[in-house]
Amino acid sequence: MNLVVKRKAINFLALSLSLAAMAFGLFWLIWILWMVFEQGVSSLALTLFTQDTPAPGSAGGLRNAIAGSAIMVGLAMFIATPIAILAGIYLAEYGRTTLLGKVTRFVNDILLSAPSIVIGLFVYAVYVAQMGKFSGFAGALALALLVIPVVVRTTEDMLVLVPNSLREAAFALGAPKWKVIMMVTLRAAKTGVVTGILLALARISGETAPLLFTALSNQFWSLDLNEPMANLPVTIYKFAMSPFADWQGLAWAGVFIITLAVLILNILARVVFRRAAAQH
Amino acid sequence: MNESHKQGRFGDWLFFNLTRAFAVLTLSMLVGVVISLTWSAWPSIKEFGFGFLTSSEWNPPAERFGALVPMYGTIVTSLIALVIALPISFGIALFLTELSPTWLRRPLGIAIELLAGIPSIVYGIWGLLVFAPIFGQYVQPLIGGTLGKLPVIGSLFSGPSLGIGILAAGIILAIMIIPFITSVMRDVFELVPPMLKESCYGLGGTTWEVVWKVVLPYTRVGVIGGVMLGLGRALGETMAVTFVIGNASLLSNFSLFMPGNSITSALANEFAEASPGLYTSALVELGLILFVITFIVLTCSKLLLLSLEKQSGKS
Repeated sequence: MNLVVKRKAINFLALSLSLAAMAFGLFWLIWILWMVFEQGVSSLALTLFTQDTPAPGSAGGLRNAIAGSAIMVGLAMFIATPIAILAGIYLAEYGRTTLLGKVTRFVNDILLSAPSIVIGLFVYAVYVAQMGKFSGFAGALALALLVIPVVVRTTEDMLVLVPNSLREAAFALGAPKWKVIMMVTLRAAKTGVVTGILLALARISGETAPLLFTALSNQFWSLDLNEPMANLPVTIYKFAMSPFADWQGLAWAGVFIITLAVLILNILARVVFRRAAAQH
Repeated sequence: MNESHKQGRFGDWLFFNLTRAFAVLTLSMLVGVVISLTWSAWPSIKEFGFGFLTSSEWNPPAERFGALVPMYGTIVTSLIALVIALPISFGIALFLTELSPTWLRRPLGIAIELLAGIPSIVYGIWGLLVFAPIFGQYVQPLIGGTLGKLPVIGSLFSGPSLGIGILAAGIILAIMIIPFITSVMRDVFELVPPMLKESCYGLGGTTWEVVWKVVLPYTRVGVIGGVMLGLGRALGETMAVTFVIGNASLLSNFSLFMPGNSITSALANEFAEASPGLYTSALVELGLILFVITFIVLTCSKLLLLSLEKQSGKS
């Protein structure tokens, strides 16, 4: 009888601790999001979008940083998405069992979690150091290299889920393999692939480390991809570390914008994915 | 008919080679990173040799560099993060798979995954401007007054309560990696065949006994893989650490309250301003060391997770 009581007590203790752990995890999420919301909303103003980053002690906005971020993120997606989708097609349709397929799949999974600052160093070594200056294009290149593993992974996963009977039906009509892939398999997996693209977009929107020594930053309005380019994450980093209250306020506003964007993208990806899952 | 057949053959050939070329391109990213970093770090590797790993000197004006202080910072902050995150993640995964009512499972799972999606710079600015002041004012004196008084480990928790420092960086990292470890643990816990769990329940086991004696032994390999994935993230994390670690490339004692430097924070702070030559080269070598360490950790993690998948595929 005593043993039963002891076992029940241990069970109760362990389950209470588990509940406490869950509360602990949610506590941080709520605290962080609340601070971002509170500080962000209090520094939100229309001038954020109409003025450039100021010198310390004067008022200003984040116009150049927002524009720079949008350009680099857009360019990175533009470069990386086709490459990654085609590589994902190879893994799912041609290379499921080949050595190249296996090795690439493995390496891709490693790259997925590799430190992003090292990708920044890589682009610095092969591009910035050769050109002799920091540039917006180098920043976009670094971000593109971070997009590739994410999209490769989801594209492959989604294509593998497509039932073989679809492929066989198309082959039976005499279609060549590339047409089967492009017009049947890929189309069936379209929403899943879009989910991957949205997740990748969410990931690079907040990436700071790879931009530090590729795009650098720029205090002024500039759309020239061959010059250092302002961007939100690095601006936030610089402003938050400064002792000036108005710079810190701008940093909080920037963080609010990024967090909002990332959360919306994440939720959007989930909605798209659920719609895709409901179709199957 | 024949003409279109030929076209199809050519299209197939072209498409196959196109997709394969991009797969090779993805693969060559890894090779490219290793080669280009080694190339750029070569002056420093030649100058300092293995002494780079054991020297704690970091003196840009005199061009004397050693990786010991940043490596120490990276490893210690990651270990602190792991020690905190491991039990918490286990608790959350246990809650999500065994305890939570079904209707609550999805929203809670999504909340944890959203925590994983928040960019690290958000953790960084929150850590620096919100967490560190509170931590230094209330928590550190408390730890110093209790744990700091103990023999042996007391020296780890001594010194001024600055808020920022190695311990604060470790805690922020822990908050960051909890979602990664949790979601892997939850996924592998769900791989356990229900029959196994039900047999244990049928013998009269409590929920805790089912988890501790059936679920955990069955998924051990996967759990370790998930932990190593979290460790890989922690080692390579930049912004969350750089904001709060204090950036001091000097190591006077082993107290966790002291500011320090990690490989990533050294790179983030110094690289853009470093003079070309030996200084830049030494920093690139730091990056190369980081890449090699994380590569090994992530490879182990991947192999462990793969072996669990195989095992559960057979049974």
